[in-house]
Amino acid sequence: MISIEKFFINFGQKAMVFFYFFGGMTTLTFRGFYLLFASPFKKDRIFEQIKKAGFDSLPIVSLVALFIGFIFALQTAYFMQRIGSEIYIASLVALSLVRELGPVITALVVAGRVGASITAEIGTMQVTEQIDALETFATNPIQYLVAPRLLALCIVLPLLTLYADAVGIFGSYLICVFKLGISSAMYLNVTREALLYKDLFTGTFKTIFFGMIIAIVSCYEGFNVQGGAEGVGKATMQSVVKSFILIIVADCFFTALFYFIFP
Amino acid sequence: MIEIKDLSKSLGGRRVLNGLNLNIEKGITCVIIGRSGCGKSVLLKHIVGILKPDSGQVFVKSEEVNRLNDRQLNMLRLKMGMVFQGGALFDSMTVAENVGFGLIEHDHLTHKDLLRRIEDSLCLVGLSGIGNLMPSELSGGMKKRVSLARALCIRPEIILYDEPTTGVDPITADSINELIMELHDKLKVTSIVVTHDMTSAYKVGDRIAMLYHGRIIAEGTPQDIQKTDNPVVHQFINGLAKGPITETVEHLK
Repeated sequence: MISIEKFFINFGQKAMVFFYFFGGMTTLTFRGFYLLFASPFKKDRIFEQIKKAGFDSLPIVSLVALFIGFIFALQTAYFMQRIGSEIYIASLVALSLVRELGPVITALVVAGRVGASITAEIGTMQVTEQIDALETFATNPIQYLVAPRLLALCIVLPLLTLYADAVGIFGSYLICVFKLGISSAMYLNVTREALLYKDLFTGTFKTIFFGMIIAIVSCYEGFNVQGGAEGVGKATMQSVVKSFILIIVADCFFTALFYFIFP
Repeated sequence: MIEIKDLSKSLGGRRVLNGLNLNIEKGITCVIIGRSGCGKSVLLKHIVGILKPDSGQVFVKSEEVNRLNDRQLNMLRLKMGMVFQGGALFDSMTVAENVGFGLIEHDHLTHKDLLRRIEDSLCLVGLSGIGNLMPSELSGGMKKRVSLARALCIRPEIILYDEPTTGVDPITADSINELIMELHDKLKVTSIVVTHDMTSAYKVGDRIAMLYHGRIIAEGTPQDIQKTDNPVVHQFINGLAKGPITETVEHLK
């Protein structure tokens, strides 16, 4: 009897935490977008965030995308060579990267690099009363901290994804041309023929939402830090984990949606 | 200038403020004393409208803080400056950017005027010429002074100090006390100083109020407080380990 009671209490508490989290995230998203366009619109702050989240992420995104290109080409070659269809490696890599791997890998890299840094920064500001200080200077912390990061990540993630797609395809090109002996012109032709505009669109469009997820989750976790350094560490971990989960869930949703819209 | 009526607030299931009443007249320095964690900082946060009361009212310049809309509250906040316990300097900005933050965000001064105001504020706290340093390069005492300069830069009518002398050496603490008095005399501001440092309280306060169990249990001039016959106040101001405050804590345990 007691264990059933405990189960329901536990379940209720978990449900409350879940709804509290989603309620907070939704409110923060709407307030973030509303305050983004409420005056004063500070361009400099947005450009600063675009540089931090986008330009500064280029090295890690390049490295990861290039190696994904290498790995994917080699793994595909393993089977394609057995059936004598090496040339299809190009189309397979291009489609997989542009439609799926590029967007998701880029989003996960940005969630780990930029999202974690946002949570740690806002969390530290929270525990050292810097957020309160912003308020005493009549500055809305959501307008000052969340809105520029939200817009920056929504802009930056699609661009980084396109860049990662290109680098990944280049990585695969290097393997196919210099290791597997496929001619350069043939590789580029097959890639061009395999890719349709809708592949680029479906792959890139969803990253706007991935950017939104990273910005909102990381800011939300930062604002809700409790305690000192330990709290900041815990919130940073939570932010990365929750971003990863939500990105995968959103990816699943968009893949299903596009499957029916663009069959 | 500041009137607090029946203010109550619970945080984390604990009643921190419990029907608190306090009046602070214009131009005086009121020191609020009390043990650590008794709700002194919570009281300050209600005055600037960062926290909303569960019940009760806070009036600043005859305006009820928790009934103002965002715009009105922001206008009121720009008449107040707050000096935080740890400084709360924005660590991604230089000292000059920190000090000029309020002006950069809300006033459209020319670059020259802005720099002049920043330098004037730093000069007032005796730290001119350090505008290019980052907060991480400052000592604890300097951080508090820069925090004060930041509060002064917007030319407030009210300054709230949260534990201004905590965590600094006695000489720095005394220089901060001198600074509070000097600014009070020079700028004629109304000040509220929250502290548990009695040396500081006697030195800077025109009035002293003691916060205990969420209420003001004694209020008067420093002389009145020193001569009190209230056993709780007596134990606190004399820093005695034994007395009604610690007996209550023991009893609760």
